[in-house]
Amino acid sequence: MEFMPQMQMHQPTSVEDAVSLHGAAPDGRYLAGGSDLLVNIRRGIEQPDSLVYVNNIPEMRAITETSDQITIGGAVTLRELSGNSAVAEHFAAVAQAAGEVAGPSHREYGTVGGNLCLDTRCVFYNQSEWWRAANNYCLKYRGEICHVAPGGKKCFAAFSGDVAPALLLFDAEVEIAGPDGRRRMPLADLYRNDGMDHLTLRPGELLVAIHVAKLTTSISSAPIASAYAKSRIRGSIDFPLAGVAVAMAVAGGKITDLRIALTGVSPLPFLAKGMDDFIGREGDETCLEEIRDKIRTQAKAMKTTTTPPHYRRRVAGALAQKLAASIF
Amino acid sequence: MKTVLSLSVNGTTRDDVIPDNMLLVDYLRENIGLTGTKVGCDGGECGACTVLINDRPRHSCLTLAVTCQGARIETVDGLSRDNRLSALQRGFDEKLGAQCGFCTPGMIMASEALLRANPKPDEAAIRNALAANICRCTGYVKIIEAVQFAAEIANEIADEALAS
Repeated sequence: MEFMPQMQMHQPTSVEDAVSLHGAAPDGRYLAGGSDLLVNIRRGIEQPDSLVYVNNIPEMRAITETSDQITIGGAVTLRELSGNSAVAEHFAAVAQAAGEVAGPSHREYGTVGGNLCLDTRCVFYNQSEWWRAANNYCLKYRGEICHVAPGGKKCFAAFSGDVAPALLLFDAEVEIAGPDGRRRMPLADLYRNDGMDHLTLRPGELLVAIHVAKLTTSISSAPIASAYAKSRIRGSIDFPLAGVAVAMAVAGGKITDLRIALTGVSPLPFLAKGMDDFIGREGDETCLEEIRDKIRTQAKAMKTTTTPPHYRRRVAGALAQKLAASIF
Repeated sequence: MKTVLSLSVNGTTRDDVIPDNMLLVDYLRENIGLTGTKVGCDGGECGACTVLINDRPRHSCLTLAVTCQGARIETVDGLSRDNRLSALQRGFDEKLGAQCGFCTPGMIMASEALLRANPKPDEAAIRNALAANICRCTGYVKIIEAVQFAAEIANEIADEALAS
């Protein structure tokens, strides 16, 4: 049994109470499912003095559908999200990604907000205290040197949430509550390319909900299909070595819309660039190989897992090719 | 920083004063003495600590006990009735689903959740339900046979219970 620090637990039933309780104990953390945070606490990476448990807040537990959008509460579990028929109908990649997170028992309590705010991961960081101490720690926590890129001052720990790339395909927005009230911003703006500080949340802010507009006014009139796939070490339960979400519309045998988002290969999930170049193309072998190559060059994985970076770059490209082919 | 925790464990209602930082698995093993639930890893990777909370499987090593206020917890210790093994316990016995046995409590509780939601699962459903539980001995074949056996005899056991 590893270390559990003394902590005070708060269990508020409203977002406003949660924010004010957190404000009164700034060294605390919000806790939802805990499948990421409690592991990190036990390993001494996180040492909060209090926890604000958000799963008893009704507003954060609901998925609500209106004629033009779906709102997903931050504390909706991954099982609920993956099994929601409205989400599966309009945002197939989101439901698939939620169903690919970890194993079935984790999805019972792991939440979508937790998956979006997952700490970045690295083979030199997600280790026990004695392992990290014996290795002089690392740049991300307590150390001076990045063992992935010694000499550099940038942390490359990889963002490893599965749901974020799928939501990025659909321009999802996140609703944030904090000491200064509520605000909304594009999900893409929640992240920055820094493994040490990858979330743009300000102190005391809480991800309350995700809003995704239905694609009734898509760029083309063709229906958009989407899918998510990931490569991992243990097929039954693991973080992505590379995760790829694809949304594509095809009309008359030609691509009319293409979006691809990646996770697991850099400190932030991101939409791949240059996908508009494929609009008007037929989905032949040459086109699919070009998609693969374009993704491979943008998946700049570093040595943050036990699997070598070149494999993760190649597998990201291959997954994109496979998903695009499956949608055609 | 202590809290009064009121919940039900294996059918018994309890009120305990526990520290806020206590994990559910420590509460079950250390405070109540229900040592059937095992701790295999330190990070939700092995599934040996799986218990049922309100009929759903959950890692007790990644659950703070104070968040289980009012919940109905079930562990492997509570499955047998009147000295009769449950269908799954019989299945793991008959089909040699346990070798070293350390993963078995988690396997049985994850399977129990499956059979309650889906009494006649096919092999894919069983494999899927046990995806978060790791076994280093059996290669899983005997475990899957054990769950299939349990699904087949579950009705029989229910009849026995009615007759007795």
